Amino acid sequence: MSHRISDWLQSHWKEILLWVPFAWLLFFFLTPFFIVIKISIAEPLIASPPFSALLEWGDGLLPGVSATIDNYAYLWEDPLYVKTYFNSLQIASVCTVFCLLIGYPMAYGIVRANGNWKLILLLLVMLPFWSSFLLRVYAWMGILADQGTINDVLLWLGLIDKPVRLLYTEFAVYVGIVYTYLPFMILPLYANLEKLDFSLNDAAADLGARPTTTFFTVTVPLTWPGIVAGCLLVFIPATGEFVIPDLLGGGNVLMIGRVLSSEFNANRDWPVASAVAVVLLIVLVVPMMLYHRVQAHESNS
Amino acid sequence: MYGKRSKFLTTCLLLGFTFLYLPIILMAIYSFNYSRLLPVWGGWSTRWYKELFNSPEVWQATLLSLKIACLTATIAMILGTMAGIAIVRVRKFRGRTLFTGMISAPLVMPEVITGLSLLLLFITLQQTIGWPQRRGMTTITIAHITFAMAFVAIIIQSRLTSSDRSLEEAASDLGAKPFRVLFDITLPMLAPGMIAGWLLAFTLSLDDLIIASFVTGPGSTTLPMLIYSRIRLGLKPDINALATVMIGVVAIVVLIAGLLMYLQARRSRAAAKAEAMDS
Repeated sequence: MSHRISDWLQSHWKEILLWVPFAWLLFFFLTPFFIVIKISIAEPLIASPPFSALLEWGDGLLPGVSATIDNYAYLWEDPLYVKTYFNSLQIASVCTVFCLLIGYPMAYGIVRANGNWKLILLLLVMLPFWSSFLLRVYAWMGILADQGTINDVLLWLGLIDKPVRLLYTEFAVYVGIVYTYLPFMILPLYANLEKLDFSLNDAAADLGARPTTTFFTVTVPLTWPGIVAGCLLVFIPATGEFVIPDLLGGGNVLMIGRVLSSEFNANRDWPVASAVAVVLLIVLVVPMMLYHRVQAHESNS
Repeated sequence: MYGKRSKFLTTCLLLGFTFLYLPIILMAIYSFNYSRLLPVWGGWSTRWYKELFNSPEVWQATLLSLKIACLTATIAMILGTMAGIAIVRVRKFRGRTLFTGMISAPLVMPEVITGLSLLLLFITLQQTIGWPQRRGMTTITIAHITFAMAFVAIIIQSRLTSSDRSLEEAASDLGAKPFRVLFDITLPMLAPGMIAGWLLAFTLSLDDLIIASFVTGPGSTTLPMLIYSRIRLGLKPDINALATVMIGVVAIVVLIAGLLMYLQARRSRAAAKAEAMDS
């Protein structure tokens, strides 16, 4: 008997290896999206759960289908939602650019550092990954508050005579997102720059190219996959960000993640919350597929 | 660091790391502030640490978070390793694109979407098959495993693609059965990646607020949920103390791990040198 089991394992190990995680993801990752789509076309009810059933099993053989696009129409007609989507995309794009501008020289500097320094600097970039994201956002609340560090320093220097409002503004959200997502930009850039053959730079310099020319015509094109991966790793999650606009923006900054969450928790309008999620997913599906392609390309080469 | 090569790079690094670390350092300093009004300095004190350690709420939430994180890390490590090996070693199968897509999607998926969709799944399941009866630790753990296993799979996948296949091939050539090759050669080779994956899954789970808030039920408050509910209303000195403790623990663990890795690398280098001298 045990022989048979082990024989079976010997011949089917690849299937087991594949199907256990595959089945888990199909059930817990893919199926939920279909449920979200289903609920997004249901009608809101004051009941538990607060939405109508898609299929009504009546007397007939076939169930009656009750679906509605009202929730999507509602999103489209309410200018607030459209504005919120655009605002989220705008904030995420600007933050991505800043992350790239700060992250690229840092990644480059780490790659060019020698020996032990390289390891230490890399460890310092990764350290925030291992510590609480929520608490790092909280740290900024202390810096940006009316009586916080920045205002204290400015008052002390005599540059201002009453505190400037920094916390609960769009500026605070920008700072928070750039701060939190910077390591996500640096690490893929580092991985890419690390593989770069710097003798190409020397060759370009020998042939008379100026450092900036070399950088833009040799280094940047060669590290393009890292740039794309880093930008997407910042842009996609930042678009749906909830904690940062909530804690640092304090209701003054419209971002879609926050709207979704309040639609769901405060208004208990599950169908609209689901429609918000589906639209967000549609908006992000192109960058997500792009990310997947870069990822697949990187792991194959 | 670079000799005379570049002042520009050094300046960038210096400014960048100041940006990354200054908030954390300031937060730690303020955790020793006596004053209840956070920004006002009232002298050095450890009163917030005492308050923190005497709070049963904090202990309970920490314990729950640690339990969930351990379970998540272990199961995500197993499933993620299986998935990583499957992607690299089973080149052709139906649904490969879907599978690899589901592995890379959780890395960038906004957490509000993952949280909402999993909650709706759990509610639908409860209505149709009666499970899960109540939401809490089990549902949070399942949710965390689902996104953490993707991170583990990516680590394993990159280790496996960059590794040398000759050992595995040699074992098969000598007649080892595939299962034996897997357990005696592939898995030991992947062990460092699996440990890294376990640690990453552990911290991802410990750090998650949004997904856990969606799929939790009454009475199950994780540590991030507790922190969030307190800081929503403003600055709290005991949260500064908590943050300092947490970041301190992480820094010490990472330092020890880094030191161990460094010593091991040095030892193997020394061993290689000794061997070279022998021959």
